[in-house]
Amino acid sequence: MAKYLSASEMNKCIGCFTCMNICSIVNKQNHSNTKSAIKVRTRGGMTGRFVAIVCIACDDPACMEACPSGALVKREGGGVLLKPELCIGCHRCEKACIMQAVFWDDDINKPIICRHCGSCAKFCPHKCLEMVEAGEK
Amino acid sequence: MINETFMRILNIDLNTSKIRIDQRADLMPYLGGVGIASKLLEETMHPELDALHPDQPIIFAIGAGTWVFPVLTKTVAMFRSPLTNELGESYAGGRLAMTMLMAGYDAIVITGKASKPVFVSIKNNDIAFNDARAFWGIDSEPTGQAIRERLEGGGKRSIIRIGPAGENQVAFASVCVDSFRHFGRLGLGAVMGSKNLKAMTVTGDRSIPIHDTKNYFKVYQQIYKKCTTTDMMQKYHDAGTAIGLRSLSVSNSLPTYNLKTTTYEHADDISGEEFARKNLVRKVACTGCPVGCIHIGMYRREFDKGHEYEAISVPYDYELMFALGSYLGIKTTDEIIALIDEVEETGMDAISAGVCLGWATEAVENGLIDESDTLVPLKFGDTEGYLKAIRYLSKGKNKFYRNLGKGSKYASSIYGGADFAMHYAGNETPGYHTGYASAVGFAVASRHSHLDNGGYQIDQSVKEVNPEDLVSKIFFEEHDRCMVNGIGMCMFARKIYDHQTIIEALNSIGWNLTEQDLEQIGKRILRTKLRIKAKYGFSQKAVRLPKRFFETPTMHGVLDETIVNQMMKLYIAKANDMMCEPDPVLETLAAEQKAATDKVAAVKTATKAGVEKAVAKPATEKAAQG
Repeated sequence: MAKYLSASEMNKCIGCFTCMNICSIVNKQNHSNTKSAIKVRTRGGMTGRFVAIVCIACDDPACMEACPSGALVKREGGGVLLKPELCIGCHRCEKACIMQAVFWDDDINKPIICRHCGSCAKFCPHKCLEMVEAGEK
Repeated sequence: MINETFMRILNIDLNTSKIRIDQRADLMPYLGGVGIASKLLEETMHPELDALHPDQPIIFAIGAGTWVFPVLTKTVAMFRSPLTNELGESYAGGRLAMTMLMAGYDAIVITGKASKPVFVSIKNNDIAFNDARAFWGIDSEPTGQAIRERLEGGGKRSIIRIGPAGENQVAFASVCVDSFRHFGRLGLGAVMGSKNLKAMTVTGDRSIPIHDTKNYFKVYQQIYKKCTTTDMMQKYHDAGTAIGLRSLSVSNSLPTYNLKTTTYEHADDISGEEFARKNLVRKVACTGCPVGCIHIGMYRREFDKGHEYEAISVPYDYELMFALGSYLGIKTTDEIIALIDEVEETGMDAISAGVCLGWATEAVENGLIDESDTLVPLKFGDTEGYLKAIRYLSKGKNKFYRNLGKGSKYASSIYGGADFAMHYAGNETPGYHTGYASAVGFAVASRHSHLDNGGYQIDQSVKEVNPEDLVSKIFFEEHDRCMVNGIGMCMFARKIYDHQTIIEALNSIGWNLTEQDLEQIGKRILRTKLRIKAKYGFSQKAVRLPKRFFETPTMHGVLDETIVNQMMKLYIAKANDMMCEPDPVLETLAAEQKAATDKVAAVKTATKAGVEKAVAKPATEKAAQG
C-alpha cells in the first residue's frame, strides 16, 4: 500500500528545521527553506508550541478540485501530484487548501506540492514525522 | 557567500538611516564568521574612542557553512567591549545565522546612533528603521512578543533585543536572540543601547540553488549521521551541559561562594539530575541543529495568597547554574530559575552578573560596603536579596550599582576587595576552576572566555601537569577554534567537525581547501584579533590574576603562581612567533591588488598625458601661426 506523511507527534519537535532543509535539498536542489513543502513554525513565538504545516493527504483534495488545468492529479495513498507542464500558475490550489499547506515557488511561479516522499521523516531526529499506510488514518 | 567568490556585507548607518552593500572578494581568505568579522572590525574600529561612542561598530557575521550543514548555527558579534575595554566577541545560536543566510548577508556592520530608540528590520529586499520609543524601558521578552505580533514572517525570522540593562549601558548587558539564546558575554547589549538600537529583526526568503547536490548531500548525510547516531553529542541533548555540575563539585572545580571553595555541599540539590527531575519541561534546538541542547526549566511561583500561581520558564545551562547557583550559595533549582528569569528579563550576562554579586556579597561580609550601598541585604543563599539586586544593577539604581555595573574589576578598584574580584583581564570568571590550563587559558584567551581555547577541558583530560604540553594544547585550540568559528560551528559539535570533515563539507559547496589552508586560516584570524587587541591597548604581560585564584584548590591542587607565570611567558612567546609568520595568501592578494591599482593609475596617467597633449597641440599650432 502507498504510504503518506503524518506529522502526528509534533509534541516531540525541537524546532531544528531539518525537515525543511531536507525537503528543499531533495525536491528542489536548493538551500532555501522557502522551497520546502513542509513548514515548521511556532504558535506564539519561540516559547509556544511547534506545529508542522504540511499536506495531510486528503482523499478528496480541494486543491485538485480547484485546479482549472488538470495539473494536480490524485496520488495513490492520498494527496496529489503536480504535473508542472500543465500548471498555469493561477494560485487557485493555494487558496483552496484550508490547511494552508500549498506553498508557492516564486522562481518558477508554481505551487510547492508535497509528494509524500518521506525524506523529511527519514531525517527527523525525534520521530515527529512518520510515513504511515493509507487507511490507517 | 555560497556559490560566489565574494562576501556580501550590509553596512547600516544609524546616523543617517542609510545602508550600503559591499561585495568583498578580498575577505575570502578569512573564510567567514569570526574571520570576516575580525577583519571588518579592524577596518572600522576606533581605538581612540570609548567603547560606547556612537562611531564604534557592531559586526555580526555568519560562517562559511551556516545552515547548510548540521549544527553550524552560530552568529558571531564583534565590537569593543565596554567591560574589558578591548576585544568584544560573543556568539549566539537561535535563528539569526539562518536568517542572515536567507537574507543574503555574510556580515552586518552597524555604526552611528539613532536619534531616537529604533528597531531595525532587515529583509533581503528591504530595510526599515522602526520607532521603538515605546519599547524603551521594557523587558526583553515583552519586547520580543510585541515585535513578533507586529511583524510578519514567523518561522523564518529572527528577533534580537536588549533589556533595560542594555539601555542603561551596564558593561555586561547581553542581547537576547529568539527568546532562548544570547550574545551573553562582554557587553554587546550596552553597545546596542549606546546606539539607541533596542532590537533588530532579520528575515529572508532568497533562493539558493545547490550546484552539486549529489556530492553535497552525501557529505551532509555523513555529518547528520554522526550527530544523531553516535554518542559524540548525546550528552548535550540528554540532560545537557547541566550534567557536569556534580562532577565538577566532586573534583574541586566548581566555583562556589565567590570562589572561596570549589566544592559545594548543596551540589546534589542543584545538579543537572535535579533540574531534569524537577524542572525540565522541554528541549528545543537552534535552527539547523538536530541535537537540541536547549533545556527549558519551569517552576511554579506563588505570586499571591489564595492559590495564585504563575509558571516561570527559562532556558538553563551549566554556566547559569554555577553563576546564579553555587557561586551565590543558592540551594534549590526553583530559586536558580527565578534568578535566571530576572537576569533574562533585564538583559544581562548571567556569568558576569552572578560573579559581580558574589564579589559584592563578600565585600559586605568584609565591611567594604554596607546596606546603604546595596539597598538590600546581600547574603550567600538569599535569593530575595539577589532578585532585587539584579533589578537595581540593570537600572543603575544608585552610585554603587552603577559602579558594579562596570564589572567586578572596576568595582573592586573603587571599594577594595580586588583579591577576591574573580575576573580574567576584566571578564568575570567562567564556571571552571579546574587547574593550570583553565587559569592560563582564560588569561591568554583572546576574549578571556572559556570557549576560546577550552583550557578547562584540557585540565580534565590530563593527569600530570606539564607546563609546556599544556601551553601547546592551549595555543593549538586558540587558533584552531578561530578557524572553526569561521565556519559558524557550535562548539558542542567540536568532535563532529574534524579537519577532514570541514574540508569535505566546504569543498562540496564550492570551496577548494586543504589541511594546510585550515591552519593558515586559523592563524590568520588569530593574528587579526591580536592586532586588534594591541590597538585597543591590551598587553598580555600586564594581566594580573586576583590572589584567590592561587588560594582555592582545583582538581590539580592549589595553583602555583610561578608555574602560571611561566606558562603565560611560554604562551606569549608562541603568540609572538606566530605574529611574525609570513602569510603567502595575503601577500599574493596584496600584490594582485597593487598590480590592479597600478594598472588603473597607469591608464589614468596615460589618459591624462593624452588629453594634455591634445590640449597642448592647438596651442602650439596657434603659437606657430602667431
